[in-house]
Amino acid sequence: MIDGWVALYIFMLAAFTGYEIIARVPVILHTPLMSGSNFVHGIVMVGAMVALGVASTPMEKVIGFIGVMLGAGNAMGGYVVTERMLEMFKSSKVPAKGGPGAQKGVAK
Amino acid sequence: MELLPTNIAMPLIQASYFAAAVLFILGIKRMSSPVTARSGIHWAGVGMLVATIATFLMPGMHNLGLISAAILIPSVLAWWSGKRVAMTDMPQMVALYNGMGGGSAAAIGAMVLSAVVLAAPGSCAPGAETHGHHCLDLTQRILAVVGALIGAISFSGSLIAFAKLQGWMDKTFRFSGQKFFNGLVFLSTAVLGVMIVIEPSMNLIVAFFALALIFGVLMTLPIGGADMPVVISLYNAFTGLAVSFEGYAQGNIALIIAGMVVGAAGTLLTRLMAKAMNRSIANVLFSNFGGPGAGGAQEIAGTQKGIEASDAASLLYMAEKIIVVPGYGMAVAQAQHKMWDLCKQLIERGKDVKFAIHPVAGRMPGHMNVLLAEAGVPYDLIVDMDDANADFPTCDVAIVIGANDVVNPMAKTDPSSPIYGMPILDVSLARQTIVIKRGKGTGFAGVENALFYADNTRMLFADGQAAASSLTSELKALDGGGGH
Repeated sequence: MIDGWVALYIFMLAAFTGYEIIARVPVILHTPLMSGSNFVHGIVMVGAMVALGVASTPMEKVIGFIGVMLGAGNAMGGYVVTERMLEMFKSSKVPAKGGPGAQKGVAK
Repeated sequence: MELLPTNIAMPLIQASYFAAAVLFILGIKRMSSPVTARSGIHWAGVGMLVATIATFLMPGMHNLGLISAAILIPSVLAWWSGKRVAMTDMPQMVALYNGMGGGSAAAIGAMVLSAVVLAAPGSCAPGAETHGHHCLDLTQRILAVVGALIGAISFSGSLIAFAKLQGWMDKTFRFSGQKFFNGLVFLSTAVLGVMIVIEPSMNLIVAFFALALIFGVLMTLPIGGADMPVVISLYNAFTGLAVSFEGYAQGNIALIIAGMVVGAAGTLLTRLMAKAMNRSIANVLFSNFGGPGAGGAQEIAGTQKGIEASDAASLLYMAEKIIVVPGYGMAVAQAQHKMWDLCKQLIERGKDVKFAIHPVAGRMPGHMNVLLAEAGVPYDLIVDMDDANADFPTCDVAIVIGANDVVNPMAKTDPSSPIYGMPILDVSLARQTIVIKRGKGTGFAGVENALFYADNTRMLFADGQAAASSLTSELKALDGGGGH
């Protein structure tokens, strides 16, 4: 178990990290980034898995099952839509036809 | 059932969670630059996969079949829905997935709290032999309750936001004394939460969750469609915090770190959004802006002057520097592809073409950028508000398509206007403005737009798609003879 003060330091440092990595983001990436961070909190699925893993009564199992399902939906859905959005961002400096990466993007 | 002996499994799990946390942070970092963004989501995806697989190895895990089913079923559904959702519908999809995360965090809260109730009497008393997850210390109980509260609000609130954006629900729902009633519900929920921390019981837990879910609904119902970007962003931050707190209650460091990083990033993003609308987050949540009849009906002197597509095309033909200001109306008309076709024609003729985007264009922060990217507009042709405003005075023609409130100069000049103080794109500084608009209606805020009456503004009344394609063909016609 994590000691209270250590946890407080972890909370603080993680909060600063989250703040710092977003602080200078261009507006064009706000939507994918929100969607991407939405994916990252899909990690909640792991916590729900542990809770379901130690569940014994039927009620606990039902709640745990729902919890894992919701978490998995969050993670998978968040990943798919973020990937789809980021796939579309292209620079005009990359030749539109030519590079294999560019072609893949245009193919849709 | 144990897949590995504890002395091997635990370090492996801890190392995997650590790796996941690092990958999440680096992934989000990479997502904050357009060049590396795509790899960012892949990094974070690997982190998620590693953490998920490692969790199966956790000693003392039962119900592994149940767990696998609970992962697979929604994953298939979410993958399928995520692949086929239209880019215009992305905000409600993000709201939906986000709500699911909040619900999951609330479910964890329900389980760790009920485990305390179900534990044998006295087994969690001070000094007694502790039985692992069944016993929570005071801090863990508090955070489990707070996390569950935030998670449940995020869950039901996000579902309402989803229903509103999807068009399933009337945009606003208000009754007199609503704020007082909502406050009362929240207070009752908080009191129940405190009672659970002191002495948990099943009845208390059930009542607490019911009230928390109801509060999420009540809180979101009165918020208008125009404010949804801020609300989605806020609930995203909420879910992050809920995940982090439940992670503490469970002693799971991966949840603590990932949740808190998202919570902080989401809070910052929410504040940026609210700032772009010149409002505080509290103002978004508790005021009635964006609803019907919000604007006083001011009269504007002058008339709107129409223009034909052929004349508009010659204006563009003569121009050197052109700035396109797209709004959500363009996306509704699905005109972004046609608009980009027109701009490609202009670029071919040596014009300097840029897209200027207001921070709240679309239905979530940066939504318009995604819609333009989908149409194939390279991101380096897109400029944000500050850069665009520096460019407008030297701009020959500005094309406004489907945008209204974000280009309304009255936000600067008329203190009685409901949008007064909102930062806008200074389109009125351009030499000529062409506004492509279907009819003479007002924008989201229900306010008249002085830009449409300005001397150097010409209104091209047409559907966005039709207007863009007729401009393109008129432009090509102008080349005839002298051109190449």
